[in-house]
Amino acid sequence: MARIDLDHIRHAYGTPKSEADYALKEVHHTFDDGGAYALLGPSGCGKTTLLNIISGLLHPSEGKLLFDGRDVTDLSTQERNIAQVFQFPVIYDTMTVYDNLAFPLRNRGVAEADVDRRVRETLEMTGLAELGNRKCKGLTADQKQKISLGRGLVRSDVNAILFDEPLTVIDPHMKWVLRSQLKQLHRRFGFTMVYVTHDQTEALSFADQVVVMYDGGIVQIGTPADLFERPKHTFVGYFIGSPGMNVLPVKLDGRKARLGEQIIELPGAPTSAAGSIELGVRPEYVHFAADGMPVEVTKVEDIGRHKVVRAKLQGEDIALILKEDDSVPADAKVSFDPAGINLYADSWRVETGS
Amino acid sequence: MEKAWNNRAWFMVLPMLVLVAFSAVIPLMTVVNYSVQDTFGNNVFFWAGTTWFEEILHSSRFWEAMGRNLVFSAIILLIEVPLGIFIALNMPKKGWGVPVCLVLMALPLLIPWNVVGTIWQVFGRIDIGLLGYALHQLGIDYNYVQDPFDAWVTVILMDVWHWTSLVVLLCYAGLVSIPDAYYQAAKIDGASRWAIFRYIQLPKMNRVLLIAVLLRFMDSFMIYTEPFVVTGGGPGNSTTFLSIDLVKIAIGQFDLGPAAAMSIIYFLIILLLSWVFYTVMTSVDAGK
Repeated sequence: MARIDLDHIRHAYGTPKSEADYALKEVHHTFDDGGAYALLGPSGCGKTTLLNIISGLLHPSEGKLLFDGRDVTDLSTQERNIAQVFQFPVIYDTMTVYDNLAFPLRNRGVAEADVDRRVRETLEMTGLAELGNRKCKGLTADQKQKISLGRGLVRSDVNAILFDEPLTVIDPHMKWVLRSQLKQLHRRFGFTMVYVTHDQTEALSFADQVVVMYDGGIVQIGTPADLFERPKHTFVGYFIGSPGMNVLPVKLDGRKARLGEQIIELPGAPTSAAGSIELGVRPEYVHFAADGMPVEVTKVEDIGRHKVVRAKLQGEDIALILKEDDSVPADAKVSFDPAGINLYADSWRVETGS
Repeated sequence: MEKAWNNRAWFMVLPMLVLVAFSAVIPLMTVVNYSVQDTFGNNVFFWAGTTWFEEILHSSRFWEAMGRNLVFSAIILLIEVPLGIFIALNMPKKGWGVPVCLVLMALPLLIPWNVVGTIWQVFGRIDIGLLGYALHQLGIDYNYVQDPFDAWVTVILMDVWHWTSLVVLLCYAGLVSIPDAYYQAAKIDGASRWAIFRYIQLPKMNRVLLIAVLLRFMDSFMIYTEPFVVTGGGPGNSTTFLSIDLVKIAIGQFDLGPAAAMSIIYFLIILLLSWVFYTVMTSVDAGK
């Protein structure tokens, strides 16, 4: 296991002519030894690029990569001793399940007794024990992906295990099972794990630290709670949470924000107020209140445990969460919980003083 | 509701049946006809039964030609399949090199067979041919007209030149269908160049290789035009393959009966060997 330092890494496919040509904008970050990280972001945001740079499948255009302080930027994938699991199952068709798992070990000249011990452990871990002697041909996508996972986990001395959306092809139920198994493995063995996904549930439930990426750059790194309570960028607000954060254009006036004709009390005065100002509040922090701002309810979506109410507030779309048993009042008025209010200047979060 | 089954649909097959009947079945039946009869001209035929078949199967001439054919097929398969795989593995996968390589590879396949024969016939001549003359100048005693070994080398080289491309193109098609993730995973797993070939590339080429081997076997076993143009079956009988022998009997000596009997035996052998190849290779593929 190792600590991974990304030292001012940038990457462009081809020769970059301008800043916009970088698929991965400057990343300067450390993945701590034994941490479980998720890289979360929409398709094309550079998360797979970053992962492939760590594993050495890509050489970064700029910057250095360090494992435990050792510069590995120019080392090959083999020399970096990394495990990586891909989005679609990669299995060696002509081999048995057992031989598939043994492959990475045998390639590295591990003694056959150790190979056997490790493979049997891994088979047990991934629930493939009964399939050990079967040829891989004709297995289901689930089973094939478990073999891919197994090949990632079979080596005990790897510097890190990287996952590139590994559960895309798995059934929803199995997804949950495998994710908790990975989490368990992480706790038991303390692998440094980096997990790429565009699914926020996966990211938030797997990782201690979530790295949210957007348009080739990292917008926020934090615990799931940070991302939820204090999104650093409006994108994080939209992307995490269901439905995403309400973002409303406002005008500032000291500790007050003006939205159309309404005045909203802020928890504190913003430290700076340049650029276009927006107020972000999650649907969970919007409540119906007798003395609130009048809204026009447009739609109520009952999604089981709770209801999502869509409404118009001063002409802006707003969503709020209502408990299962509550109903929409006839004369609907809403207020924002001050604890859930965030302010954004040009999409980036502004701290508020007291 | 309309019936899903309608026997009138068989009429749809009729044009094809007529075509096949005139192009294959009826000519084949005349061959069968000839093979069991004898004639002394004037369109008068006598029933000969299995005489011709017995004669062919007991003639050393037939078995010698057959032996030469098998050796020839074996040699060209042993050269063309590994060479084809090797070239396909080393062809570029992207960039401007791809169309260049593909066109270069396709060229020999586009040349008519008798032209290929003529090219090599001239190429190997020791008085004016580039190959023959050059070898002679280097002091190598090469003469495909007089030396059976040289004749074989020439005929085999010609076939390799003409047909390796087919194996290359088929293998290449198999190779480019392998997703990048496989190569990436192999790097992660620390696989050697050989392991990548053995466990990723070869299994992907399996099916196309089966087709390549079948096509090359059948074609080489029926080879006629090219060696006929280059050596005419000589020197002596050293490059007389079954088809060349067949034409000698049928057209040269006008022995229609034995020629017809030989055609049928020849046909059955090709059918049998192709079936054996197919069965063996598909069962290897299924991993039994």
